[in-house]
Amino acid sequence: MSNTQQLEDFITQVRRDIVRQVHKVNSGHPGGSLGCAEFISVLYQEVMERKEGFDMDGVGEDLFFLSNGHISPVFYSVLARSGYFPVEELSTFRLIDSRLQGHPTTHEGLPGVRVASGSLGQGMSVALGAAQAKKLNGDDHLVYTLHGDGELQEGQNWEAIMYAAAKKVDNLIATVDRNFQQIDGCTDDVLPMGDLKVKFEAFGWDVIEIEKGNSIAKILEGLKEAKSRTGQGKPVCILLNTEMGYGVDFMMGSHKWHGVAPNDEQLKEALAQNPETLGDY
Amino acid sequence: MKKYTDTGKKDTRSGFGAGLTELGKTNPNVVALCADLVGSLKMQDFIDENPERFFQVGIAEANMMGIAAGLTIGGKIPFTGTFANFSTGRVYDQIRQSIAYSDKNVKICASHAGLTLGEDGATHQILEDIGLMKMLPGMTVINPCDYNQTKAATISIAEHHGPVYLRFGRPKVANFTPEDQKFEIGKALLLNEGKDVTIIATGHLVWEALQAAEQLEEKGISAEVINIHTIKPLDEAAILASVGKTGCVVTAEEHNFLGGLGESVARTLVQNHPAPQEFVATMDTFGESGTPEQLMEKYGLNAAAIVKASEKVIKRK
Repeated sequence: MSNTQQLEDFITQVRRDIVRQVHKVNSGHPGGSLGCAEFISVLYQEVMERKEGFDMDGVGEDLFFLSNGHISPVFYSVLARSGYFPVEELSTFRLIDSRLQGHPTTHEGLPGVRVASGSLGQGMSVALGAAQAKKLNGDDHLVYTLHGDGELQEGQNWEAIMYAAAKKVDNLIATVDRNFQQIDGCTDDVLPMGDLKVKFEAFGWDVIEIEKGNSIAKILEGLKEAKSRTGQGKPVCILLNTEMGYGVDFMMGSHKWHGVAPNDEQLKEALAQNPETLGDY
Repeated sequence: MKKYTDTGKKDTRSGFGAGLTELGKTNPNVVALCADLVGSLKMQDFIDENPERFFQVGIAEANMMGIAAGLTIGGKIPFTGTFANFSTGRVYDQIRQSIAYSDKNVKICASHAGLTLGEDGATHQILEDIGLMKMLPGMTVINPCDYNQTKAATISIAEHHGPVYLRFGRPKVANFTPEDQKFEIGKALLLNEGKDVTIIATGHLVWEALQAAEQLEEKGISAEVINIHTIKPLDEAAILASVGKTGCVVTAEEHNFLGGLGESVARTLVQNHPAPQEFVATMDTFGESGTPEQLMEKYGLNAAAIVKASEKVIKRK
């Protein structure tokens, strides 16, 4: 993509896709999806080196694993609008016989998805395997992941975080969506995770913080910096400070929209705040 | 009856190790992972010959299953190694989501299954793993009976695309299947023809079934013995052909009677050809510490138990 306006238009359309998907089936997770719209869009549109089409092995291209699979609406929208499957298919989200399951899966053959996720805490381990396969294959492309911050409460992550540094998996950039929200409330109320930067560093990672995780410019800058730090013996972590529900004012600043769909009126309001840019599906 | 000779007791886990070593030489895509049990799983030869294709993950089985799933992305064929307990129950959700539901070509290789793990006791003696694994859609479940068969199965599963659970054990047991016998996934082996009762056995109980058949022969009972090494997909045709002839069946396995081979056989019979069946298996119980022989005796998993069950089931015809 050539300029910021185009990228902004892309993201605005992704927001529309997110709220329209969850509204139609009155279920799904709009809050985290909206909060990561900028990041996943920038990753796919500006940062990742991707081949035409899709094959499972992904040799010779960068890979992305969504560990917090419940933010499938943003993942599906970005995949569709990046050419992996027809945009019209977004209208089948969570419906019977759809490839767009509530949480992403390879099982129905949806292009762009390389592992099922949704049961939390498993994505980093899978990404580590894929990153090590790349090394075995002499493929110098990178593996990206995204994790919810609440998701780090799952112990498997810390097995993976320990392993990544110990085995010098330095072709991995793992991003944590640090929005401080989870279903039951603020992460600090549910189970405080403390200083994640200090924790990742103590485990031997190189950590970058993106203070404004909903700023396109800051995300671009942060990902560029992260890429420059790969290949130096350490896995790279990005702590991405986002706001859950970003871009729809009444969904922001609370955990309430983690897993709730807007009603007809709320949809209208959300769409009015995000006018159509690339065309609705 | 057909005679089988024990060519010298060997552990099935060493069969796995030997198979993995051979795969290291023949298939460059085969990689191995272990969660701090290299010695127990007999993986050292593979590691020595292919250090770059081995991943020591430490005591972190959940992470190991995920890494294995990821290694398939890029065309690798990962073989994970740890005890059966830690290969299944401990990591069930990782296998379910990241491997089975994600259609990943991972070979879950599990040693020290069942009571014959022995002295370590019930914390490590899983008797539920066949059930856990066979319920996962798309999972192949294999429980070979001796060293030769375990080695052949290990080599064979590398050629099969899809997740596999390969179950084997700790103790040295009779090695009696031919060294050059081809391993066909899902294909039962008819070890002895008989007409009065069908004994269907898997894993360590296959040798016991052969001993039982000899003892039954002395009593004038003709027992057909089938080695089911693949519990899923089950060779239903072989089972139905045999039970159609004998009219009754004894299943024998080192596993809980709930969820094991016996239930798969019972389901096959109920749907196609109902017949009396007796179960030589553990009866909804945990194990305990003891020598393998003591435990198999106490929990009724030996030739004597199979003889008794055969006599009982014949009377029910």
